[in-house]
Amino acid sequence: MLKIWSMKKNEDAVAKKKPKTSAAQIRVQKDLTELDLPDTMKTHFPDPNDLLNFTLTITPDDGMYKGGSFVFSFAINTNYPHEPPKVKCTQTIYHPNVDLEGNVCLNILREDWKPVLNLNSVMVGLQYLFLEPNADDPLNKDAAQELIKNREHFLSNVKQSMRGYNIKGVQYQNVMG
Amino acid sequence: MPATTQDWDERYYHVDQILEKPGPRTDPGFLAGDEVKEFLREKCKILVIGAGGLGCEILANLALTGFKDIHVIDMDTIDISNLNRQFLFRPKDVGNPKAIVAAEFIMNRVPGVTVTPYYGKIQDKDDDYYMQFNLVICGLDSVEARRWINATLVNMVDPENPESLKPLIDGGTEGFKGQARVILPTVSSCYECSLDMLNKPTAFPICTIANTPRLPEHCIEWASVLEWPRVHGDKKMDTDDPEHISWLYNQAAARAKDFKIEGVTWSLTQGVVKNIIPAIASTNAIIAASCCNEAFKIATSSAAYLNNYFMLIGTDGVYSYTFEHEKRDDCPVCGGEALDMSISSETTVEQLIELLIEKQDIQIKKPSLSTPTAQIYFQAPPQLEAATRPNLTKKVSELVPADGEITVTSTSLPFSLSLRISYT
Repeated sequence: MLKIWSMKKNEDAVAKKKPKTSAAQIRVQKDLTELDLPDTMKTHFPDPNDLLNFTLTITPDDGMYKGGSFVFSFAINTNYPHEPPKVKCTQTIYHPNVDLEGNVCLNILREDWKPVLNLNSVMVGLQYLFLEPNADDPLNKDAAQELIKNREHFLSNVKQSMRGYNIKGVQYQNVMG
Repeated sequence: MPATTQDWDERYYHVDQILEKPGPRTDPGFLAGDEVKEFLREKCKILVIGAGGLGCEILANLALTGFKDIHVIDMDTIDISNLNRQFLFRPKDVGNPKAIVAAEFIMNRVPGVTVTPYYGKIQDKDDDYYMQFNLVICGLDSVEARRWINATLVNMVDPENPESLKPLIDGGTEGFKGQARVILPTVSSCYECSLDMLNKPTAFPICTIANTPRLPEHCIEWASVLEWPRVHGDKKMDTDDPEHISWLYNQAAARAKDFKIEGVTWSLTQGVVKNIIPAIASTNAIIAASCCNEAFKIATSSAAYLNNYFMLIGTDGVYSYTFEHEKRDDCPVCGGEALDMSISSETTVEQLIELLIEKQDIQIKKPSLSTPTAQIYFQAPPQLEAATRPNLTKKVSELVPADGEITVTSTSLPFSLSLRISYT
C-alpha cells in the first residue's frame, strides 16, 4: 500500500480532525450570522435549534408595496449550497412575480443559482421584487398585464389586495402589519 | 462443476509481470515480490460504492486484477432499463437489489473472490465500518452521496493513526464525458474543494414554465414544480413511484397539447424529474478502468498514481486532460483552520470569545460558535442572538464535553475554524 502518511508529514498545514458538523450546516451558520439586512427585513425561527427552516418578513418602506408585511418561508436541504434554498410566499398576494400558490419568480432561486451566492443575496433579491415588480417575467399574468396596461390601476389593485380585498374573483390576504 | 477457490498456475501471469520487478519510475517504496502480491490478494480490503453502470465495471475489473476482499454498497434495485449496460444483471434479476446480485455474479464468475454486499444507504454505516477498508472507490450518480462520503473520509483522518487515511477514488460519467480522480483526504484536494466546477443542474425560469413553454421539458417541469404542489399540497413527490411519474406525464402531455408542443413521453418525464443523463456503456468502461488502475497502483505502489484529476471529453472527438486540482483553504470540509485549545473548566463562553478575539494568529472578529448539535452563541440574526445570549455567562464545560468540537464562523475567516477543547 502506498505510503501516504509520509506525504502528510511533509505538509505543514494539514488539518487536524474536523468536527462532525456537515458542510451545509457550517455554511448556513456562516450565512445566517453574517446576514446584513436592512430594517425592512427580519428573520424568524419557529424552532431556534433548526437553522434550516425559517421565515423572512419583508416590510417595504418604499414603492407600491409600502406598508405591507410579506412573509416567505425558507427551506434549506443538506445539499446546500449546491442547491438553492426553497423559498415560498406564505400569503396569497397580488404580485406579477408571485403566483397564488406562493411560487416566486426570482432568477437566483432557480436557473441562475450559484454556490457563491448566499442567503443574503436571496433576501435582497426578494426585497427588490417589491420595489421593482417585473412584468416581463410574470407568474401572475393578470397582475403583470395590468402593470403594463395601466400602472395607476395596477397600483390601486395592489393597495386593495394588501387590505384583503377580492380582485377578479381572487381573495387576497390582508398583509397590512 | 463448482467454482474452484484455489489459484491455478499462471492465473496472475500478466499482473505479476508488474509486481515482480520495479520499473524505472516505480515508487521508491515499492518492494517487488511476494509481499506485495500477498497484500493485494490476502490483506487488501476495498469498498466499492455504487453497483450501477460504473459499479458493475469496477467490480469486474477489481476481481480480475486480483483484489479478493471486495465490499459493495448500493441502495437501488435493478430496473429493466439498466440491463443494456449493467452487465452483471439479467432479466430474472429485475426488482432485486443491485449490490446482492452483483456480488453473487462476481463470486460465481471469478473463483476465490469474496464480495460482501450491503443493500442500503452509505449513510447507514458509521466510521468503524469505513475504517476497515484500505481503499474506497465510488461510482455514484449523486452529488449528495459524494459529498457525504468525502466529508466522512476527511473527518475520519486521525493525526495519531496513519491507517485512518483512506484514499478515495471517484469516478463519474455524463454521456460521452467522464472524470476520474484520486482524493487523499486532508492531503490533496477533496470533492468539496471542486464543488464549484460542477455543471449546474438544468433549471428553467419559473415564469417560462408557467407562461411560455416551448420545450417538452418545460411542460414536464410545469407538472412537477407547479402542478404537483398545487394539487397534492404537502404530499411529497416520489420520483421512484411509477404512479407519480404517470400522473406527471398525463399533466405534462395535456399541457403540451394545449401549447402544440411535441415530444412529451413517459420516459422523458421520468428523465427530467429524476435528472437522468443518458448513460453510455463505453464511457463507463473507460472511467471504471481508469479508477481501477489507480486502485491497483495505490494498493501496490507499483507505478505512479493519478495526481489528481483526469477528465475525458468525448463529445468533440476525444479530448482528455489531467491536472492537479488544488486544495482550497476555504473548503468547508478539508480547508479552514483547526486549533487545539486548552481552557479552564471555569471559563465562560464570553471569556472564550474574548480569548479568540485576542489571539493574534487567527485574527478573528465577531465569532459565532456552535457544537455539532447545538448553537453556543450567534452574533446574528437578532432572534438567534437573543436566544443564545444566556449561554454567554455559562461555563464552556457545561456545553461542550472534553475533546469536543466547536465550529467558529466569522466574516474575517475564509470559511470556518474548528476548535478542539480540552479542560485544565
